[in-house]
Amino acid sequence: MLTISLTHYVVLSALLFSIGLFGVLTKRNAVAVLICIELMLNAVNINLVAFSKYITPLDFTGQIFSIFVITVAAAEVGVGLAIIIAIYRNRLNVDLDNFNWLKW
Amino acid sequence: MLVEFAMMHAWLVPLLPALAFLVIVFLTRPFEKLSAIIAVGSMALACVIASFAAYGIFTNHEFTEKPLVYAANWLSLGIPGVTDSLLVQVGVQLDPVSAMMMFMVSFISTFIFLYSVGYMKGDPGFSVFFSYLSLFGASMLLLVISSNLLQMFIAWELVGLCSYLLIGFYTHKISAREAAKKAFVTCRVADFGLLLGLLALQITFGTLNLVELGEKIHNFQEYTTIGMLTLIAVLVFIGPIGKSGQFPLHVWLPDAMEGPTPVSALIHAATMVVAGVYLVGRTMFLFHEVESAMQLVAVTGAFTALFAATIALTQREIKRILAYSTVSQLGYMMLALGVGSLTAGMFHMWTHAFFKALMFLAAGSVLYALHHKADVWEMGGLIKKMPITGWTFVIGGLAIAGIPPFAGFWSKDEILVATLAEGHYVLFAMAAFTAFLTAFYMWRMIFLVFFGDEKPENHPQESPWTMTVPLIVLAVGAIGAGWMGTPWNNVWAEWIYFGEPHHGPINYGAMLLSIVLAGSGIYLAYTMYLKDTKKKRARKLAEWFGPVHRMLYNKYYIDELYLWFNHALVDGTARLFYLFDLYVVDGFVNGIGTFTKSSGDGLRVFQTGRLQNYALIFFLGVLAVAVLVTFTGPSAASLVLGGVK
Repeated sequence: MLTISLTHYVVLSALLFSIGLFGVLTKRNAVAVLICIELMLNAVNINLVAFSKYITPLDFTGQIFSIFVITVAAAEVGVGLAIIIAIYRNRLNVDLDNFNWLKW
Repeated sequence: MLVEFAMMHAWLVPLLPALAFLVIVFLTRPFEKLSAIIAVGSMALACVIASFAAYGIFTNHEFTEKPLVYAANWLSLGIPGVTDSLLVQVGVQLDPVSAMMMFMVSFISTFIFLYSVGYMKGDPGFSVFFSYLSLFGASMLLLVISSNLLQMFIAWELVGLCSYLLIGFYTHKISAREAAKKAFVTCRVADFGLLLGLLALQITFGTLNLVELGEKIHNFQEYTTIGMLTLIAVLVFIGPIGKSGQFPLHVWLPDAMEGPTPVSALIHAATMVVAGVYLVGRTMFLFHEVESAMQLVAVTGAFTALFAATIALTQREIKRILAYSTVSQLGYMMLALGVGSLTAGMFHMWTHAFFKALMFLAAGSVLYALHHKADVWEMGGLIKKMPITGWTFVIGGLAIAGIPPFAGFWSKDEILVATLAEGHYVLFAMAAFTAFLTAFYMWRMIFLVFFGDEKPENHPQESPWTMTVPLIVLAVGAIGAGWMGTPWNNVWAEWIYFGEPHHGPINYGAMLLSIVLAGSGIYLAYTMYLKDTKKKRARKLAEWFGPVHRMLYNKYYIDELYLWFNHALVDGTARLFYLFDLYVVDGFVNGIGTFTKSSGDGLRVFQTGRLQNYALIFFLGVLAVAVLVTFTGPSAASLVLGGVK
């Protein structure tokens, strides 16, 4: 019988994180990049909950922490989307290749 | 009653002229007569107080052993009760030496102030001149009565400042401005040595009070070595070398004659330039302990005396001759101190102040009458038109040449005897020869200026009473000032001495020698410059000794030497430093700038402005840390992560 062990969760988390990272580094569309960041954050959340469940089952530290992460992620997406909308109003697109103003 | 008041309040003596200075500068400058009255009046009052104080000192023999000192604490640094803490006092020290000097300075100043009223008449800077004179009088009197070497040093610098201001008084003359600068810079060079010496004294002995220093230096082995004490003595002596125009820092004094004549008489003949001699006299306890320093003083003095006298032989300007004569006489005083005779040194200073001030004032009177024509060869026969000036000058000439019973004879004789008694035969020969030269060059000038044929282009007139009265008073001094120090009844030596009062046998040989030397000098001048109306012999002599004559006329090329030295060494070094600054220092500083800029240029490539590039680099960094933590021990990990466990 196949039981789901900590390793499975960790591997899942690693895969999800990598996919998210790949998206962050390669996507042109700013909204897609934001979505990918969410993927990475959720990979982290999986990690937290899994470790909490398997290693310190009596405490809920990991779970509570992940709730915080979700909250912060929501706020971050809110700010990120606001910025993207502001940029869109200026440039009429959200292509990251055009956003190279952070240079001297 | 009055005497006691004057003795207890001798600080008033410098204060009065200082107040006069302030009043003239801030209140009465527009009113010339009032300014002059304030300056002369305050100095005369100071002279009265000084006379009473001097009377008090010279009637009580206690003060020769134990000076009257009163002082106030000026500043103290450090913890109370700790021996190393610094305590500086200011105060008044009255003993026969300072009382004599205080009287002399205030007395001569009074009459020179009076003379200036006539001499400076119509000058646009009349009031300013009197304010400077008052400031000078105050500083000089402060110097004289100082009980503390630091206080003396401050006054020393103040008189230097006044000297600078007064030499350059005719600011429209370039030569006056240059001379003022030269005097100031030369004296500053010397003062630096003095300052170092004073610092060393303070560090070694912990005090600068004259009385305490005298006691401590007497047992100097408890504090320091003889080597250190020698160094201190030499450093202290550098100050007088500059201030008293000793070789090799004498160059400023002849140039200082660019100032108005009363200034030359007061500052550069009678008072300020003897401050150096006075300082050596005051710190005699220091020099007395160091044999080699004494010899340095004696040799410097004797050499300067001879050296300046030879230059004076060939000079043409009346005040310049007198200036070199001053340098020469200052050398005499140093010689006397160097052979250990404070008595003779101070005595010559006393008599010299009278006859040299007299001669300068008389020269000023001549210049005044001839509208500042200074070449002695263009004068002649002036004594008929200016009898008072002429005859007082003759008295001065007799005094400086050393003809009895005039003042200079007694003091010069004292120096010669003291030198001989100490067994310095070479120095004695130099001093004796200088006496001959002095008589010769002084009377050369007198014969050329006052006797012989009158020059038709000159229209001299006797000067006003404000100028002739000081001449007469000083002439009386030039005759009688030496009578208190005759070998038969030497009152002077009983009051002013260092160690033990000296009572040697009367040396008739030396006396006779100095009379013969002076007489032959005058006679030689008479045959060459008066009897020989065409001055053929003088011309021929100058031709025969052409190179020597030129060398003397050009003052041994000392000025040129200094100029060359300045160009070659000082400017050369400055150039070297300039290049060093330009290439090394600037190169380093600019190099840092260039490095920063180029490294910035290099790093700029990485700043693409693309968010995803940054994210990638960020990720790679995290990955590198993770790999490092995985494959190395926890210690390396904590190194990277800064101690996070």
